[in-house]
Amino acid sequence: MDPRAETATATGDLARTPRRSISIIDSERWLGPLLIGPAVLYVVLLVGLPFFMALYYSVSNTTTGGGTLGFVGLRNFTGVVGTPRFQTALKNTLIFALLSQAVILVLSNALALALQRDFRGKRLIRFFILLPWVAPISIGTIAWLWIFDSTYSVLNWTLRMAGLIQGQGFMWLGVPHLAMGSVIAVHVWRQLPLATVILLGGLSSIPQDIHDAAAVDGAGFWRHYFQITLPLILPISLVALLFGLIFTFTDMVIIYNLTRGGPYDSTQVLASLAFYTGIAGGDLAEGAAIALFLFPLLLAVAWGFLRIAHRTEVT
Amino acid sequence: MATVETRGVKKYFGDVVAVDGVDLVTKDGEFVVLLGPSGCGKTTLLRMIAGFETPSAGELVIAGEVVNDLPPRARKIAMVFQSYALYPHMTVFKNIAFPLKAQRVAKAAIPQKVEWAASLFGIGHLLHRKPRELSGGERQRVALARALVREPAVFLLDEPLSNLDAQLRASARDELQQFQRRIGTTTIYVTHDQVEAMGLGDRIAVMKSGTVRQIGTPQEIYHEPADTFVARFVGSPPMNLVQHQNYVLGFRPEQFLPKGSQNGIGNVITFPFRVTRVEYLGADRLLYGTLGGAFSGQKVIARLPSTITIDIKPETNYDFTVEDKELKFFDKSTDLRISARPL
Repeated sequence: MDPRAETATATGDLARTPRRSISIIDSERWLGPLLIGPAVLYVVLLVGLPFFMALYYSVSNTTTGGGTLGFVGLRNFTGVVGTPRFQTALKNTLIFALLSQAVILVLSNALALALQRDFRGKRLIRFFILLPWVAPISIGTIAWLWIFDSTYSVLNWTLRMAGLIQGQGFMWLGVPHLAMGSVIAVHVWRQLPLATVILLGGLSSIPQDIHDAAAVDGAGFWRHYFQITLPLILPISLVALLFGLIFTFTDMVIIYNLTRGGPYDSTQVLASLAFYTGIAGGDLAEGAAIALFLFPLLLAVAWGFLRIAHRTEVT
Repeated sequence: MATVETRGVKKYFGDVVAVDGVDLVTKDGEFVVLLGPSGCGKTTLLRMIAGFETPSAGELVIAGEVVNDLPPRARKIAMVFQSYALYPHMTVFKNIAFPLKAQRVAKAAIPQKVEWAASLFGIGHLLHRKPRELSGGERQRVALARALVREPAVFLLDEPLSNLDAQLRASARDELQQFQRRIGTTTIYVTHDQVEAMGLGDRIAVMKSGTVRQIGTPQEIYHEPADTFVARFVGSPPMNLVQHQNYVLGFRPEQFLPKGSQNGIGNVITFPFRVTRVEYLGADRLLYGTLGGAFSGQKVIARLPSTITIDIKPETNYDFTVEDKELKFFDKSTDLRISARPL
């Protein structure tokens, strides 16, 4: 035995050593709050505070010029809801969100199914598909701005070369329906990776035995997909859809970069209208009212989806 | 009804040889067990018969037809998985009905068939439940009912009892065998449990390292093992193998008895046996120890039935005997069985 250790035992040092290393980290009473503290602080300061400020702004008469914070009741809401501009934006928001999510749902399912198979270069292709999500969205949309450019559009060039169109080609961002189609396309391009990755996670959680059993039981591709695979990834698909919907309802980066809501407000959505009214236009109160208009609806949608997802959970 | 035949079937995964040339022919309605330790290729062989894996070489024949290029659904087989692989989002009824629907059985005929299959396994009262609401034993019955309902030509079972507790496993084994006898469908059953294999199989194929070491009835496998691997793998405790001259001598622990307690009238060979440890198991006593004389120092086990009441103490020398017809001889280098040699 080490003579020093012997001395230590004799003097009781060894017995004290473990106690000395007990710190705040060993106490559950302190460790829990310590770890969750930063997150709580973050949520309160950066999410909670602005949210409650927006709530109050929407029932006040404040402007970006500051000054008054007088309470005006629901006047901002009643005033803005009737305007054609608001109603167009509301309609556009629903079209933008629902159409893009529908396309994403179909494409991400197809893509996830394809990527789940084993093939050469799978990792590389997975990486490329994830790129739009990883790359800064503003840079991506600026590239799209060039793709949709009225003079230099590579899309028009391709269509011309393929002999499908003659002359000038399409004004992708200059014609109402085309502009809406274009922003939806870019939004799909942007959100598809995340949806695909979420679905891939769902797919890989299905045990191989289940697929084998379905194959032995005689299910062909469509029956296998619609009766086995899809129901099993339904809960996670709903969560992906919920994220996608809420994100789409509240985001305006693509529209801001591509069309600024134009032409003639044909791509104006509530998020961009709130920005133009509240920040650019200076009417902070009305902007807050527009931004908050969809909040109760989104809350209901989120609650509903999570309930369904919970009920369809299978294991 | 059908037979299954594998002709020189091989399977490689990269450089790894999983199945290395298996020739196997079942008889019609036979219960064949593929037995072997994990990694011996038995499950891979079964998955190739089912159509989940493509053989690297060789032919698979079901009911006289080469099925190498047929998808699983066209092979007229049904399979029960170790995990049961019930569809978790469907009720028991829908689980059992799924193969019928997939085969486009007339809608009106489905409920009747499902109830027939469910009644065979006594799960008629569970039809409206989801798999997660069932016990292990009930799930296993549902899996069997789902496999049976479309009356396949061949049953494939991949360790279907290994998730059950010991007591349930014994009764499930019994039911499974009775049921297979009744419907008479050719069955291939994979297990690593030699008790299951002995109890269930008409014939057992013992596999190791991708090859079949021996195929035969449980009696043949137990009493006439083809090599030392089969001798050690089947039987618990395993056959005693001791080196002698230029061969290996084998005898079963239950044939290794105190002098004078052999019932037979044949010649007996006597071994000096030093007992080092006695394990009392109720119905039997297991005696661990070493041989003396020409076999000096080699470890063996004896299994005495409770009918032999001789007092045995550890650290004591005894004379034990084996009937000479119970001695098996194996080649030292090839491990294969050889004819009897003089001791």
